[in-house]
Amino acid sequence: MAWNMESDRPIYAQLVERIQMQIVSGQYPPGGKLPSVRDLASVASVNPNTMQKAFAELERSGLIITQRTNGRNVTEDEELIGTVKKELAREHVEAFLSGMQELGYTSKDTMELLGQYVEEGKR
Amino acid sequence: MNELVEIAGLTKAYDAEHVAVNNITLTLPRGKIIGLLGPNGSGKTTLIKMLNGLLAPTQGSIKVNGSYVGTDTKAHVAYLPDRTYLAGGWKITQILDYFCDFYADFSREKALEMLKSLNIDPGTRMKTLSKGTKEKVQLILVMSRNADLYVLDEPIAGVDPAARDYILRTIINNYNPNATVLISTHLIGDIEQVLDEVIFMRYGHLLLYTSVDHIREQHGKSVDAYFREVFAC
Repeated sequence: MAWNMESDRPIYAQLVERIQMQIVSGQYPPGGKLPSVRDLASVASVNPNTMQKAFAELERSGLIITQRTNGRNVTEDEELIGTVKKELAREHVEAFLSGMQELGYTSKDTMELLGQYVEEGKR
Repeated sequence: MNELVEIAGLTKAYDAEHVAVNNITLTLPRGKIIGLLGPNGSGKTTLIKMLNGLLAPTQGSIKVNGSYVGTDTKAHVAYLPDRTYLAGGWKITQILDYFCDFYADFSREKALEMLKSLNIDPGTRMKTLSKGTKEKVQLILVMSRNADLYVLDEPIAGVDPAARDYILRTIINNYNPNATVLISTHLIGDIEQVLDEVIFMRYGHLLLYTSVDHIREQHGKSVDAYFREVFAC
């Protein structure tokens, strides 16, 4: 199943986010092995060079570690994974709040609505 | 040597009024998947035919692997034309024999493996296949060569979306850091994810040669959307 890409942003940045999400959600657990660039490019239906660029970016951030002979692993540093998770959560909250603002909700109204939803067990 | 294709001052004029390719200078590296994009009549197929040695330039030169296009380079360039050229009465197995004779870099095993994965029986005759299946067979023949340059002229135009996905995956799975794939197409949206770089042509001129993510970064839109903007009628 090819990964869906948004059309207005660089593809490698979207690959980075997608893999970050998979690591943060535990789909690739701490210390776990990652697929090869080639395999993941094939699964995602993207250019292998673009996937390589995404992996390089994730390596720079420390989220994935390349072993010379043994492919790539997710970092075992759970604190770092936690930090990335918080950062992603913050982005989601910001996007949600700015959406609500566009609809004309104040922060207070938004909180109230959110509280109602959680109480009614809708989510 | 990292440069695979070196094009210098390339021009093809069919006659004084019909200059299909006009003074193009361009260098293509190895290990890339490159889209050759442009509206109808922009000179894509003419450029491709000169890369293959099917047409001779009016002016300028093309080198592949450091050699001028000719018998030597044909051994290293795998070409998928925009139309069927295989004899309808032939069985696929006969075509495989033919390709084995013709190209030293052709892998029969690889071709059979790909045919099998698409459930195409090598015993069938070409003329009994649907248009889409014929195109798949031709792509398999091309991708079963171990070439330096793959030139695919409209490889996905005639096939259904599922077959399109298969073709793109085949191109990705055959990715080789020493080889480059040049794909001409109108269906940019469908192949954008697979491309490293794009070449835009207009009226025989080279308009742009850059990376997909560069266009997305600079213009905040897909190559498909950018193309529509640049070539708006």
